[in-house]
Amino acid sequence: MDEFSILIGGKAGFGIDKASLIIGRILAQQGFRIYIYRDYPSLIRGGHTFSIIRASKNKIAAHYDKVDFLLALNQDTLNLHRNRLKKDCLFIYDSDQVNPVRNLIQKDSNTGISNGVKIDSDSTCGVGLPIGKIIKEENASEIMRNTCIIGAFCKTVGIDLEILENVLKKEISKEIDLNLKVCRRGFHEAKELIKIEPLAQDKLPLLSGNQAIGLGLIKGGLKTYIAYPMTPSSPILHYLAEIASDFGLKVLHPESEIGVILMALGFAYMGEKAAIGTSGGGFCLMTEGLSFAGMSELPIVIILGQRPGPSTGLPTYSAQTDLHFALNAGQGEFGRFIVAPGDPEEAYFWSAMAMNISWKYQIPAIILSDKNIGEGIFSFDINSIEEISARGGSACGGKEEGPLLWDRKSAYKRYLNTENGVSPLAFVPDKEAIIKVNSYEHDEFGITTEDSQTTRMMQDKRLRKEKYLIEKLRRFKTVKIYGNQNSSVALLCWGSNKGVCIEAAGNLGLKVIQPLVLSPFPIKQFQEALTGVKKIINVENNATGQLAMLIKNYGFNVDENVLKYDGRPFYLDELEEKLRSMI
Amino acid sequence: MITKDLGTSAPNTWCPGCGNFAILNAIKTVLGELNQEGVPQEKIVLVSGIGCHAKIVDYINVNSFYSIHGRVVPAAEGIKLSRSDVKVIGFAGDGDAYGEGIEHLIFAAKRNIDITMIIHNNRVYGLTAGQYTPTSPLGFRGRSTPEGTKELPINPLELMLASGATFIARGTSHGIELLKKIFKEAIMHKGFSLVDVLQVCVTYFNMYEYYDKRAYEVKNHDPKDYTQALSKIREWDYNSDSPIALGTFYKKEAPTFEERFFQQKTQAIDRNLKINELLNTSI
Repeated sequence: MDEFSILIGGKAGFGIDKASLIIGRILAQQGFRIYIYRDYPSLIRGGHTFSIIRASKNKIAAHYDKVDFLLALNQDTLNLHRNRLKKDCLFIYDSDQVNPVRNLIQKDSNTGISNGVKIDSDSTCGVGLPIGKIIKEENASEIMRNTCIIGAFCKTVGIDLEILENVLKKEISKEIDLNLKVCRRGFHEAKELIKIEPLAQDKLPLLSGNQAIGLGLIKGGLKTYIAYPMTPSSPILHYLAEIASDFGLKVLHPESEIGVILMALGFAYMGEKAAIGTSGGGFCLMTEGLSFAGMSELPIVIILGQRPGPSTGLPTYSAQTDLHFALNAGQGEFGRFIVAPGDPEEAYFWSAMAMNISWKYQIPAIILSDKNIGEGIFSFDINSIEEISARGGSACGGKEEGPLLWDRKSAYKRYLNTENGVSPLAFVPDKEAIIKVNSYEHDEFGITTEDSQTTRMMQDKRLRKEKYLIEKLRRFKTVKIYGNQNSSVALLCWGSNKGVCIEAAGNLGLKVIQPLVLSPFPIKQFQEALTGVKKIINVENNATGQLAMLIKNYGFNVDENVLKYDGRPFYLDELEEKLRSMI
Repeated sequence: MITKDLGTSAPNTWCPGCGNFAILNAIKTVLGELNQEGVPQEKIVLVSGIGCHAKIVDYINVNSFYSIHGRVVPAAEGIKLSRSDVKVIGFAGDGDAYGEGIEHLIFAAKRNIDITMIIHNNRVYGLTAGQYTPTSPLGFRGRSTPEGTKELPINPLELMLASGATFIARGTSHGIELLKKIFKEAIMHKGFSLVDVLQVCVTYFNMYEYYDKRAYEVKNHDPKDYTQALSKIREWDYNSDSPIALGTFYKKEAPTFEERFFQQKTQAIDRNLKINELLNTSI
């Protein structure tokens, strides 16, 4: 068995997230590559929460709709997901909460539609455990139901108790002894029904995309992270706050997103590398600050975690709706760097690069993320990063690069007009330099001007920087190609759809083209990627095909669009089926 | 070309008789004095918003951050939190600080972050040619309110006291000696300080005569006494014709945000090593 999926579900507050991470880590210990999809409503207690943990021999970043194991902590989990059960699905449930037969034919609590699917008790093997009773007998808290069902799962699939206990000890800090006891009860209550054999390959750490972004920023020299909480980017704030003392970071949570970006620009003025994170609504508030960063040439890295909109939309679900917003946000014309990582390795590498680029060219850098990439959990292979990022030779990316500094040879001018448009930096306090930044159009010293010649000169200077950035980016894989290089049909994708497209293309013999950098758009690399391609199928998580619109500006047209905009990622089986009808 | 003294080559575009000149001259004198007294000029950063007041940073040959409307405070905070030995002085208009950016002002006071805010409070929007502001009196006839405003002004000093500011003072543009004294005291105060300057806009709301008649400097006032401070601050509500007190109303010693924030010591860290350690614990 080197490919399977597990769905675990229950009420919000049941610790489903933690449980899925623990199961993921246990399977990672067996050499599997993991992807975890997390689905939760925007509330604190109640509602229905579930995770799908997919384990595979190969690196993955997508999941199937269908599952091989269902771990149900409540009746809803069975009722809502019964359509996902494969024919020989193994079903482990809390027999105090779940009746595997009763209530199966009923109205769906969300849609009100009567669903008549019945679990075929002959082909679906159910293992009921009296979890409620065990919890009561051990005087354990409700949340420990999750460790109990994990124990039962491990026994059912033949995973050693020792491996399970080691992972639990690492993951659970509160009441570990009682947790272990409850977990053992679950383990011993179950029977081994199948055996998942460990795979003979390296064990890889599990990381969320948000964690990878955080670590990448640190690698790129991050000193200060500032954010106002907003899903799906808040986990970056939490993670960096948690590890702040390990890396000497300042982590701040001010009064609003406007406060966030202006504070960060204050840090940038002082020469301190800062990054900020938000989602669409918060980014709306930041756009005036973004434009200010463009004018004042203050470096800033922004993580924009997209979600379905407009407005509040679906806060805890995912979408790719803000590509054009990111490309065009802010009044006036100024250059910006935009990158959309498709997995944690790219998130790590390009977050560090975003920091370097922002400081080298004194432009804003935006990392476009979403819930699927940010909150999804993946096996992370740090050793593959060089190879996946550089075009021949060494990437050197990821390594912190210093900005261009003042050589002290002539009087300091903050906005010195240079050949490539980049003015050397000096920072307060400097006895010999007076450093003036300005949101108004300004002269080389930073003093306000309305002079026509200076206005034109400064606008040209700022825009010139982008041309040099395009040169620099030629050394990197800004457009990636996967799958069957000879196929005349190519899937076009960006960001979090990378994983699902690569797998679907692999199964169907297609090529995949993924532009990673979206501004400045890598026209040349994109054109090269299209060699031999006769048909482009564009795959996006939005309703209008934003990448298709973007490439149209450069004279490229897609032939078909596969768009999904219900907040959920493409399931591999679903995407494959759609593609089959197009090729 | 920036000149060697505190002036710059930028031509001054304020109206003749503008109250901003008093603030400019007072702050230049204070910066000169501070330089003599061990606060070197390179450790000063001036921050301004947008409006007539904001041009002040173009006219002073010192490090500056010419921000956007309403956003003086968060930029000043970022600068201060980057280097706590730098003195950060923010200049903002009343529309800027008490209108568009009021959330930041409240939070900076709440944090008691060690920055100084000097408010050019002319109670009218000058640069946009004469509209009412948060401190315009009831019935103020501006270009957006030709029939007169229908709302009362806020008392910004009362708001600052309630928010936790540890230094609150008021001056006028007809009292440069008092301004110098208050500015210096405010800059040297450890914690969040705000000076409300009743600065007169000669073009859109000329209040020189009105203020000259009513303004007086506080005497026998104990700024450490919260109750006395509150009563002095409430004496004039920016609307009625009562006497207008000037001087330092409130002054309190309290820990600053950055003192609390920088408690954890940071030493040189091998980031790559630490990242690898973190990754290993995630296996």
